[in-house]
Amino acid sequence: MAHATAAAAAGVSLRGSPRRQRRERIVRLVFQGAALATVVISAFIVWTVLAQAIDFLSRIDLSQLVGIGWFPRRGIFDVATLLIGTLIVTTIAMLLAAPVGLASAIYISEYATPRVRRTVKPILEILAGIPSVVLGFFALTVITPDFVQQLFSQASVFNMAAAGIAVGVLSVPLVASVSEDAMRAVPITLREASYGLGARKITTSLRVVFPAAVSGIVAALILATSRAVGETMVVAVAAGAPQARTWDPLDPGGTMTSAMVLLASGSDQVTGNSAAFQSLFFLGLMLFVITLVLNVLGDAFVRRARQAY
Amino acid sequence: MTTVARSAQAAGASVQDGLSRRRRDVPGTLFLILLLGSLLFSLAILFILLADVLTKASPVFAERGADFLTAPLSSNPSKAGVGQGIIGTAILGVIVALTAFPFGIATATYLEEYARDSRLTRFIQVNIRNLAGVPSVVYGLLGLSVFVALFESLGLGNGRNVLAGGATLAVLVLPIVIITSIEALRAVPNSIREAGYGVGASRWEVTRHLVLPAAAPGVLTGTVLALSRALGETAPLVLAGAVLGSFSADVSKVLTGSYTALPAIVYDWSRKPQDAFRADAAAAIVVLLAITLLANAIAIYLRNRYERTS
Amino acid sequence: MSQLAPPPDAAVPTNGHLGPPGPDTPAVAAPILPTRDRAPVMSTGPAAASVDARDPVIRIEGLSFYYGTFRAVKDVSIEFEPNRITALIGPSGCGKSTLLRTINRMNDLIPGARVDGKVHYHGHDLYAKDVDPVEVRRRIGMVFQKPNPFPKSIYDNIAFGPRINGMKGNMDEIVESSLRRAALWDDVKDKLNQSGLALSGGQQQRLCIARAIATSPDVILMDEPCSALDPRSTLQIEELMLELKERYTIVIVTHNMQQAARASDHTVFMNMADDRAGYVVEEGATLDIFTNPRNQLTEDYVSGRFG
Repeated sequence: MAHATAAAAAGVSLRGSPRRQRRERIVRLVFQGAALATVVISAFIVWTVLAQAIDFLSRIDLSQLVGIGWFPRRGIFDVATLLIGTLIVTTIAMLLAAPVGLASAIYISEYATPRVRRTVKPILEILAGIPSVVLGFFALTVITPDFVQQLFSQASVFNMAAAGIAVGVLSVPLVASVSEDAMRAVPITLREASYGLGARKITTSLRVVFPAAVSGIVAALILATSRAVGETMVVAVAAGAPQARTWDPLDPGGTMTSAMVLLASGSDQVTGNSAAFQSLFFLGLMLFVITLVLNVLGDAFVRRARQAY
Repeated sequence: MTTVARSAQAAGASVQDGLSRRRRDVPGTLFLILLLGSLLFSLAILFILLADVLTKASPVFAERGADFLTAPLSSNPSKAGVGQGIIGTAILGVIVALTAFPFGIATATYLEEYARDSRLTRFIQVNIRNLAGVPSVVYGLLGLSVFVALFESLGLGNGRNVLAGGATLAVLVLPIVIITSIEALRAVPNSIREAGYGVGASRWEVTRHLVLPAAAPGVLTGTVLALSRALGETAPLVLAGAVLGSFSADVSKVLTGSYTALPAIVYDWSRKPQDAFRADAAAAIVVLLAITLLANAIAIYLRNRYERTS
Repeated sequence: MSQLAPPPDAAVPTNGHLGPPGPDTPAVAAPILPTRDRAPVMSTGPAAASVDARDPVIRIEGLSFYYGTFRAVKDVSIEFEPNRITALIGPSGCGKSTLLRTINRMNDLIPGARVDGKVHYHGHDLYAKDVDPVEVRRRIGMVFQKPNPFPKSIYDNIAFGPRINGMKGNMDEIVESSLRRAALWDDVKDKLNQSGLALSGGQQQRLCIARAIATSPDVILMDEPCSALDPRSTLQIEELMLELKERYTIVIVTHNMQQAARASDHTVFMNMADDRAGYVVEEGATLDIFTNPRNQLTEDYVSGRFG
């Protein structure tokens, strides 16, 4: 009757198997190493970009940062040209992506039946999965001749407007999905209260759900902006190259990102230790800082949105 | 008719009016049209894009068929093919799968199953989220200054080889793999872990035999999506030394010599002035889309199956 | 979604016992005396004590348990004698589950958990520095509130524990004997390859009991094992417990007083003090606790005046 008890009392050793314990320790160390390596990666990014950028700034005359345009091989590094280019492309992109994305999100969240939702959301994901170089090709060969140049006959073959539109199209799925998540998180009881008072769907959607989801929607817009700022290949293919400083979207131009690609390839290609080459890292630094700020801001809003409910 | 009856009738009429007004809800209907229009806009763009690319590409496939898929790069548009790009993209995919996936899953496992909540742990998590938002071209800078320089110093030519490109892409998608794996691990109910510990299993045994198998579908979906993203990237590869233009392929130097990839080919051909290259670019896009859309579709299918069974 | 919404801060896995537990069945002041043929083993006074005196399997001495700075259990001293069923009862939040989980060191899994005092198992201090919690849990098995079989076959559910712990022996025999002792063998003997999740609730819980038995423990801890089951399955499990008592020492947490009265030999009544720490109010033979408690609080609880 008390077999188990007697046997246990006799041979009780609670020390466990050393081999098993060693295996646990090793596994834990390996996994911990992997996690710490991600920090190392970050450190490397920051260090290489910073080091070369500082070197660049130290070897050029700071007056070279202001000029008539972005001509790295001639030693003219007018940063404003690229910042303006980024601003133009991003603004056009968000002017397209924000309303289209939000409208799509409202439809999917408030109006669509589950079956429609099941069909539409994967399609949006497919759109999001299209490589950006393909969108660049589309901008160059379709948006420019069949749209931009139809509306504005003075637009050149390479122009920033077409690039902006294509970046906008690329950003719609991101705006739509993050906003839709935010709206879906709004409790159904709020909607029911609104309908119970006799409000129509448009009123409920715009006046109840939308404001309740505003943190998530702001997050969506900020994250999409950050993505648009970092977008490279669309601009590199469709907008040509940065040249003289211009505010005209119908002109060719470049962003910080496309200038980087052009420096590493194409007609601007330079290698080695020249200042032109190092400007690559300087641009990278600026880009890194801007997107970092936007991402941290966006994350803060995502957290606020999640805390709300 | 009496006054009471008349006012009752008027009241009834106004109620009826109010109820029927629903049929003439102009703002609501307009709004719905606006919303639907926005949604259809995105779908239309997708459709137009695919149709346009297929149209532009079909003459190339019609004339040259499979030869287009095997021919090397060339400055002659009627001879140029994507063969070297397909090889490059395939090797890049293998490198990413072999390095980023184990690395990412190990990190995710550590953060979800092993790490205590400490300042260091939270810092690692914040860092990963930030890495996920870094533009891909900046990863190209990392590839250029670290991986290319590394291979160059190891004596492998100028260091601009597919290994450097693969390493760059692996680092690029690592945060995505980590984040999706963490979500998959979190979705595993805690009761499974408790049951495992309850019978005297150690942490690694619980993780390996119970948690990871339960999280596998979600992890798989995430890794396929990450792979699809990696294969479509251009900018990091251009910075890290993928060849634009043409080069001769040397089979013995497949890993250590010059290379290219499908997205880089699309970029290069898109910039060329000849119309014939436009058609070639469209054809290359078809091949690229076939690969990335297939991967995306597999991931979406996996996720739907997984969500239905859980 | 393929977009990268950042995940919320890593959630700390808890065992869920800090929050409000499942709905408490309010005690009905109905006859609580055991109505079974098999009377529970009772000690009936000092004379009986010297005859029944056996070394306790588990001896808890001055145990206090902390979640971080919050003391959840204070100054508990209990002895669990072999081959007895001891019930831990008390209102929700009084720390009975927490106490149970200190016995097999399940609370180790919660960050910030701290134990003061001693838990002795066959004379060995379970919280000594060189003790491997994995070993402890092999010898002190646990059955949980909601049945949680592994998403594996019935066979693999049972075999998992022994395999992990490197137990030698014929696995088929171990599986069969565990299932027999859990009164489940006849139900599943020709479908051992089916998933454990395909069984009914009561069967799943018996599977979990068989799983706990498979590692040859000598103590089985049960944390409200019937609260998620229907009444018929509940009675089946209680009958099973009485059979298991012959081989194992059982400690069961329950908020169902009729169950404690029906199935246990010894009862420990706990309550939550003003500082929200749990403490032992009274313990003794089940019959005494329910018919002739010494403490007014105990009397109030078992007659349903609170909890």
